[in-house]
Amino acid sequence: MGGQPVTSVLYDMPGPRARRRNRAISVGASLLILALVAYVLWRFEATGQFEALRWKQLTLPAVQRELRDGLLATLKAGGLAAALALPFGVIAAAGRLSDHRLLRWPATAIVELFRAIPLLILIFFFYYVPLDYGTSIPTLWALVLGLTLYNGAVLAEIFRAGIVSVAKGQSEAAYALGMRKGQVTTLILLPQAVRAMLPTIVSQLVVLLKDTALGFIITYPELLYVGKQIGGRAVYGFPYIPTYLVVAAAYISMNTVLSLAANRLERRTRRSFKTTADVVPPPQTGDAVGGV
Amino acid sequence: MGEFLRVFSDNRSIFVDGFLTTIQLFALAGVGCLVVGTLLGAMRVSPIPALRAFGAFYVNMIRNTPLTLVFAFLIFGTPKLNVNLSFFTFASIALLAYTSAFVCEVVRSGINTVPVGQGEAARALGMTFTQVLSLIVLPQAFRSITPPLISILNALLKNTTVAAGFAVGEAGAIQDILSELGEKRTPTLLWITICFLGLVLPLIVAQRALERRWGGNR
Repeated sequence: MGGQPVTSVLYDMPGPRARRRNRAISVGASLLILALVAYVLWRFEATGQFEALRWKQLTLPAVQRELRDGLLATLKAGGLAAALALPFGVIAAAGRLSDHRLLRWPATAIVELFRAIPLLILIFFFYYVPLDYGTSIPTLWALVLGLTLYNGAVLAEIFRAGIVSVAKGQSEAAYALGMRKGQVTTLILLPQAVRAMLPTIVSQLVVLLKDTALGFIITYPELLYVGKQIGGRAVYGFPYIPTYLVVAAAYISMNTVLSLAANRLERRTRRSFKTTADVVPPPQTGDAVGGV
Repeated sequence: MGEFLRVFSDNRSIFVDGFLTTIQLFALAGVGCLVVGTLLGAMRVSPIPALRAFGAFYVNMIRNTPLTLVFAFLIFGTPKLNVNLSFFTFASIALLAYTSAFVCEVVRSGINTVPVGQGEAARALGMTFTQVLSLIVLPQAFRSITPPLISILNALLKNTTVAAGFAVGEAGAIQDILSELGEKRTPTLLWITICFLGLVLPLIVAQRALERRWGGNR
């Protein structure tokens, strides 16, 4: 993608008149966008967001250390949750695909339930329920466990969709060679499924990393929480805007790197399926776009 | 069990208020994000490079930003720009701005699933742009757009709970209110979950049904 679409379902190649018109609209639209940007910048300027006082904090080593610790806390929560959610997803997917009802039904119930409950409410369960019984768990673990259950359930669906979409001949051939079901799944289906689903898995991990920001609400000292602390300092004129811009830049660059990795993986996967055999289409379940 | 039921029946009005606010947020942001998301999607498939770039920029920024940060920016940041709105309005704008990016992507990829030949054939028949769009492209794109769109709305509904972290009295905040009234958190959270499942379930069922009906033939 990128660049001029040669021909689209909506338009032909523009002729000279259309090109002229498009150029005119293009200029108009650019001016409009520039005006919008200028207005925002003017608002910033008018309310003194560019004053040195509001940015000074970000140059102090102590504040930079705060931000770094926040970033590390975000990565720690994200890393732990990913490390737990992936195996949880694999196990739940295996349960959903099991031939035994005793395994299939509970696994299905768990996956469906945890996907339907708002993630924040799941996190609240881990955070507040122990308080009712006179104990408490660290905010880190309330966040990580909530993220694990939700993302694990979503990943389970991704794994399952991937396994289901592997061509039927693959497992039939494996059974014909005398493999058992466990062997077919682990040696034949799972490798192909993971390869096909890798981009989707990575984008779910982006979602997971973004959702660590919910830790802010239960006062886990991650990046956003630190940002609120720094932005709330009256001495520096409540520099919320500068601080959040920095925090946003951090999130956007982390996630962009992950997303780029996902895109590259996708392209590589597509290229390496040179045979005409099924390039497993990413299943268009609504959940694949999930992660909203 | 009696205790569990009592928590709900004693505080029914608080639950009703909370979920009404949730539904208001959902309705406002839902309608808004469908409109804005479709406009952004139109920008991204338009022949105007400036609009395409703007759409792409917006989507890439927002999709890589946590919703909680969008909330925090609007609720703590924008008042410093002398823009003062109620928390509820800010929350609606945050959800709208965030969800629009995802709607945009679904609309765009939905339009791209219509084979190019369809548009070419329609233009060869002399149809105008509006006719091509409304008679040929959109009806076909609608099928691939609707199921993921419902799933986005479903996510939006669940995401409204984030507003609870920013002093908006919606469903996620019920347990805070009740805790101040001396109720335990556990039964309240269970009730919130049950009510949410009641709201989310119809959306999930609708999405699955449409997927089953339309999914097979692409």
